[in-house]
Amino acid sequence: MSRGRREIAEPAAALQVLSRARTDEIVVLSESTRQDWPPLSTRPERDIPITGSMGKASSFGLGLALARPDIRVWVLDTDGALLMNLGSLVTIARAKPANLLHVVYDNEAYDTTGGQPTPGAGIVDFCALARGAGYPVARAYDQPEDLERDLASILAGPRPALVVLKVASLGRRPMVGGMRPMREAFASIRDYLARH
Amino acid sequence: MQAATVLDELGRCGVTHIVWLPDSETGYMYEAMRASQFTLVPVCREGESMAIAAGLIMGGKRPVVLIQSTGLFESGDSVRGLCLDLQLPLLLMIGYRGYPGRGRPPADSAARFLEPILDAWGIPHYMVESDATCHRISQAYQQAHVTSHPAATLMGMEYD
Repeated sequence: MSRGRREIAEPAAALQVLSRARTDEIVVLSESTRQDWPPLSTRPERDIPITGSMGKASSFGLGLALARPDIRVWVLDTDGALLMNLGSLVTIARAKPANLLHVVYDNEAYDTTGGQPTPGAGIVDFCALARGAGYPVARAYDQPEDLERDLASILAGPRPALVVLKVASLGRRPMVGGMRPMREAFASIRDYLARH
Repeated sequence: MQAATVLDELGRCGVTHIVWLPDSETGYMYEAMRASQFTLVPVCREGESMAIAAGLIMGGKRPVVLIQSTGLFESGDSVRGLCLDLQLPLLLMIGYRGYPGRGRPPADSAARFLEPILDAWGIPHYMVESDATCHRISQAYQQAHVTSHPAATLMGMEYD
């Protein structure tokens, strides 16, 4: 839907940029991203959805990043989830995980409940919030080409870094298959990490 | 109850991280925790603590959570959706706001709801209010790991 802002009309195009750049990162997913990421994921065995905890994907990603500084962690968060857990920006910035990339899929809506606007729609600036919390890097993108141009330098730069993807709201849509349930993914990745 | 006694118990359990937000019952332990071998992870809101602990556990660490009962109430869906649904072997150390054992009337309703809520979630809990009862920390920690299910200690000592 058009809301008079510059945004990525096809959100999957932004995730495709990330997917092409991914190597062995563990990807922690929130609500809308767990719907759109599975068809694009090149390493589904290293993906985990964090659901049913009111926006805690960023906090989970922080814990994993602190536990294993030798692995890279990407959190594919959403604006609605991060609004529920804004304090995590401060907690993450203070912990300074050098291996955490925090991506926010900002569609200004609760897609999983039908696309109702969030309280922050048209108001909130996540980059400003992240910088104010202490993130050394925070950038927003409304064109996949711009993200493609900058991503390598962001991935090589200081952390934690926040990347905001200004994407269109697609409203409620059927869940795409292929993503393991949270508990199964948790046990599988935990066991894998224990061996590596 | 001395901070050193509590931390000795955590050391015996092999705890690596304390994810916490200060409260009246356990705030006095801060300096001792800072000087300890444990990594402190301070949070802004208690609901973050279970999610951070879950990530730490997936990465092979052995965290505990240290918060007050009021923060536990705020954290309801993190307890349900992460601690219980992921079957986390996690010790929740809960400051028992208004603990009736102190012989003073509670200032609010927090004490009335703590144990019934833990019971409703099926989380076993143990009272810790003195050095003599600190061994229950290890007991609860081991139970959480043996059963792959969270357990709690209720910290009844208030600093005042």
